[in-house]
Amino acid sequence: MNNILLHVALLLFFPPLLLGVINKTKAAFAGRVGPPVLQTYFDLAKLMRKGMVISNTTTWVFLAGPMVTLATVLLAGLLIPIASFDAPIAFTGDLILFAYLFGLARFFTTAAALDTASAFEGMGAAREVTFACLAEPALFFALLVLAKASGSLSLTPMLHGPPGGFGMAAIAPFVCVGIGLFMVLLAETCRIPVDDPNTHLELTMIHEAMVLDHSGPLFGVIVYASALKMFVLGAFLLHVILPWHADVAWMNWPLFLLEMGALAVVIGMVESLMARLQMTHVPYLLVAAMLFCGFGFILMVR
Amino acid sequence: MLLGCSGGPACLLWFGSSLGQRLTVALTVVGSGLGLGSLGVAIMQPTPPTWHLPWFLPWGQFAIALDPLSVMFLAPVFVVPALGAIYGLDYWKQSEHPASGRRLGLFYGILAGAMAMVVIARDGVLFLIAWEAMALAAYFTATADQGNPEVRRAGWVYLIATHAGTLTLIAMFALWHRATGSFALTGVAMMPPAISGTLFVLALIGFGFKAGLMPLHVWLPGAHANAPSHVSAVMSGVMLKMGVYGIVRLTAILPGPALWWGGTLLAVGAITGIAGIVFAIGQQDIKRLLAYSSVENIGIIAMGLGLALLGRTQGRADWVILGLGGALLHVWNHAQFKSLLFFVAGTVIHAAGTRRMDLLGGLARRMPLTAILFVVGAVAICGLPPLNGFASEWLLYMGLFRTLSPHETSALAGAAMSAVGLAMIGALAVACFVKLLGTVFLGTPRSPVARQAHDPHAAMLLPIAALALGCVALGILPVLAVPLLARAIGCWTATPNACGLSIAALAPLSRVSVMALSLCGLLMAATLSWAALSRLRTIRKACTWDCGYARPTARMQYTGSSFAQMLVGLFSFIIWPKRYEPQVAGTLPHATRFGSVTPDTVLDRLVTPVFDLAGRLLPRLRVLQQGQTQYYVLYVLVAVIVLLWWGAMGVQS
Repeated sequence: MNNILLHVALLLFFPPLLLGVINKTKAAFAGRVGPPVLQTYFDLAKLMRKGMVISNTTTWVFLAGPMVTLATVLLAGLLIPIASFDAPIAFTGDLILFAYLFGLARFFTTAAALDTASAFEGMGAAREVTFACLAEPALFFALLVLAKASGSLSLTPMLHGPPGGFGMAAIAPFVCVGIGLFMVLLAETCRIPVDDPNTHLELTMIHEAMVLDHSGPLFGVIVYASALKMFVLGAFLLHVILPWHADVAWMNWPLFLLEMGALAVVIGMVESLMARLQMTHVPYLLVAAMLFCGFGFILMVR
Repeated sequence: MLLGCSGGPACLLWFGSSLGQRLTVALTVVGSGLGLGSLGVAIMQPTPPTWHLPWFLPWGQFAIALDPLSVMFLAPVFVVPALGAIYGLDYWKQSEHPASGRRLGLFYGILAGAMAMVVIARDGVLFLIAWEAMALAAYFTATADQGNPEVRRAGWVYLIATHAGTLTLIAMFALWHRATGSFALTGVAMMPPAISGTLFVLALIGFGFKAGLMPLHVWLPGAHANAPSHVSAVMSGVMLKMGVYGIVRLTAILPGPALWWGGTLLAVGAITGIAGIVFAIGQQDIKRLLAYSSVENIGIIAMGLGLALLGRTQGRADWVILGLGGALLHVWNHAQFKSLLFFVAGTVIHAAGTRRMDLLGGLARRMPLTAILFVVGAVAICGLPPLNGFASEWLLYMGLFRTLSPHETSALAGAAMSAVGLAMIGALAVACFVKLLGTVFLGTPRSPVARQAHDPHAAMLLPIAALALGCVALGILPVLAVPLLARAIGCWTATPNACGLSIAALAPLSRVSVMALSLCGLLMAATLSWAALSRLRTIRKACTWDCGYARPTARMQYTGSSFAQMLVGLFSFIIWPKRYEPQVAGTLPHATRFGSVTPDTVLDRLVTPVFDLAGRLLPRLRVLQQGQTQYYVLYVLVAVIVLLWWGAMGVQS
C-alpha cells in the first residue's frame, strides 16, 4: 500500500524536476549558470495563476486536447511498474492499453491544433502524426521482445522479467531495443535531435508548434503532461537498460530517482552535443529506431 | 420462431410494392425488429434451428439454418439497413428524387433481404442465388443517381468486379459438388489436400472481391463514394461483411486446413490493412476516404481469421479464440462505426453540397451535434480506448502476442510480426481520421457552402446517435458480446471448448471495462476541475495567434492535402501520387496552381490500362460478327463438325 502511495506521489510530483535537470545540464555544457532546478515548478505555478486568450475559431476540441492528454498520461503512469515495485494497475494485456492511451492523447492534441485554423499548428500536427507512424512499430517491436523474454503479457511481470531475471540470451536483444527505445523517447518527448523545445522558429517545431494557441492554465496542463510523459516513458526505458535492483526493497526508491536523474542528464547531454536534424531527416532516425528494435526482435526469436 | 426468422427478410422483400416512402421504412423497421427478435429466440435454442423446403430447381435444395455464426452476421444485417432506412427518409426524400426514390426503396429492401438469405443459406445453389440477388440489388441502389457519368462508371466497375467474384464462386461450388457429391454447405470429414487447397484459394478470391481484400478492392472506393450515403453505410457496414462471412463459413466446413492458409490470410490481411489506410490518407473526397478505411478494417478482420486458421492447424485453441473472437467482434464494431461515419458524411454532403474535404472546414461550430457524433465514430475506428474499436483490436493483439509463447518454433514469429503491422495501421488510422476531423469540422470554413451548413433534422441524427451509443456501450462493456462470440467460435471449430479455454480466461475483457470507466472518470475529473478553475480566471477571445500576423484567412490554414503530404510522400512507393507542380521562374512569377491527386494504384494503373488495351484489340474479332443469320448458322455447323471430330478422336484414343 505504501509503495502504491509512493508510486502515485512520485508520478504526480517528480516529473517537472526532470525538465529542470535537463535544462541545468544544458546550461552547464554551455558554460551558463542556468535556471534553478525547480524552475518548471515555478513556471507551472505562474501559468496556473494566469488568465487566458482563446482563439475565437475554436470549439470544445481545443479544450479536449490538454484534458485528454493529462488523463491518458496519468492512467498510463499507473500501468508502469517503478523499479522493483509492481504497478498499481496490472492485468493481462495492459501493454496494448499503455500504447493506445498515447494514441488517444495524440488524436486529441493534433485535433486541438487543427482547431485553431493556423498553418503553423497544422504543420506541427501533421509532423506529429507522421512521426508517430514510425515510432509506433518500434515500440511494438520492443513490446514483443519483452513479451518473449518474460513469457508474459502484462507490463509489470514483463518489465520485471521471469523469477530468475532475464537470461543471458536477452542481453543482445535488450541492447538493441534499449537504443531503439531511447530514440523513440527523444522523439515522443520532443527533444533534440527530433524537435527543439527552446526554438523560436515556429516553422521548425513539432510539439511546440501545436500548442502555440494554448495559454495560461491550459498551457500549464500541457507542460505538466509532457513532463509526465517523459517520466512514464523514462521509467519504461530504465527497465530495459538497467534491469537490476537492490536486494533491500526500500533502497530501490532512491536508486530509481538517481537513475531517472541520470537519464535526464543523458538527455541533456544529447541536447547539448547534437544539432537538431533537418525535418526531412527525422524519419530516417525513426526508421533506425524501428530497425534497432526489429533486429532486437529477430535476435530474441532466432 | 422459424416463421419469425424468415419473416424478417420476407417483410423486407415485400416492400417493393411500396405505397409511400414512410410505409416502406416502417416495413423495413418492423421486419428488422421481427428478425432481431427471432435472433434472440434462436440464440436460446440449444441446437441451431434448420429448415428444409421443397425446391423447384434440379440442383441443390432449399436448406436454411440459423447457427450462432449466422446470428453473429445477421445482427448487423437487421440493424444497419433499418437505421439507414430511417436516415434515408430525410436524406433521399421521395419528393426530391421522384425518379430514383422508388427504385432505391425497392432494391434497398431486396439488398437487405438477400444479405439475410446469404447468411442463413446452407446450400451452394441457394447461396449463389442470394449472392447474385445481393450483388445486383447493390448495383441498382448504388447507381441511384444515374444521371451522373461518374456514378455510371463506378457502377460498371462494380458490376465487372462483382461478377468476376461470382464466377470464381461458381467454380468453387462446382468443385465443392465434385468433391463432396452435393451442394450442401455442411462440414466434411475428409478431402484431398490439393482439392481443399484449391477450394480455399477460390473462396479467398471470390469472397475477397466482395470483402475488398487488396488487390481485389478496385470497385470499392468508387461505388462507396458515388452511392447515396445510407446505401454506402449498408454496403460498407454490412455487405463487405458478406465476403468475410463466406470465408468464415467455408473455412469452418473445409477439413484439414494447411499451415499456408492461415499464413496467406494473415499476410493478405496485413497488406490490405496497411495499404488501405495509406490510400485513405491520400484521399480528398470524404466518402472515398471512408471507403479505403473500410478496406483497412477488412484487412484487420482478415488478420484475425488468419490467426484463427493458424491456431487450428497448430492445435492452439487460444489463437483460435482470440483471433476469431477479435475478427467477429470487429465485424460488429466496424458495422457500427463505419455506418455512423458514412451517415455523418451524408449529413455533411446534405448540408454543404460537396464531398471535397478541402472546400469544407469549421463545421463543428455550425453542426455541433453532428461533430460530437463524428468524434465518437472517429475515435472508435482508430481503435482507441474507451470505445469499441479498442476491444476487438485488443483481442487480436492478445492473440498475435501469444504466437510468441515459449513452446512455439521461431518460424511462427512471422505471425507476431503482424502485431507490429497492426500497430502501424493504428497510428496511420489516427493520422487519417485527425485529417478528416480537422479538415471538415475544425478550423474555419474554406468556402461559402461550408459557412451555411447546419445540423440536420432528427430523422437523420437519431440513427447516428443510436450507432454512437452502440460504440460506447460495446466499448465500455465488451463482455456483452462474449456469450454469442464464444458460441460462434465453438460453431467454427470443435476444438476450443474441449480444452476448457474461454475468452474470459485468455483476455480479461472486464478489466478493459474497468479501465475504460476509470479513463472516463479521470477525464470527467479533469474537465470539472477545469470548469472550476476557468471561472476564476479571465478568458479573452481573440483571433488565432498566427505568429504575429493579425489577419489570418481561411485559405492560410492547413488543408487536408497538406496535412497528409508527408505521409503520402513516405508511402509513395505504394500510392504513386500524381502531382501537378507549377514552374516558378523569374523575379515576379505569374500566378500559378499546384495540385495533387491519389489515384488507385490497382484500378487506374493496372486494371484500366489492361481493359483499354483489350478494348482496342478485341474489336478486330468483330469480323466474325456479320449481322447476317446465314453466317451464324454456318458458324454453328462448323462448330458442330469440329466437336464431332474432336469427340471421335477422343473415342479412338
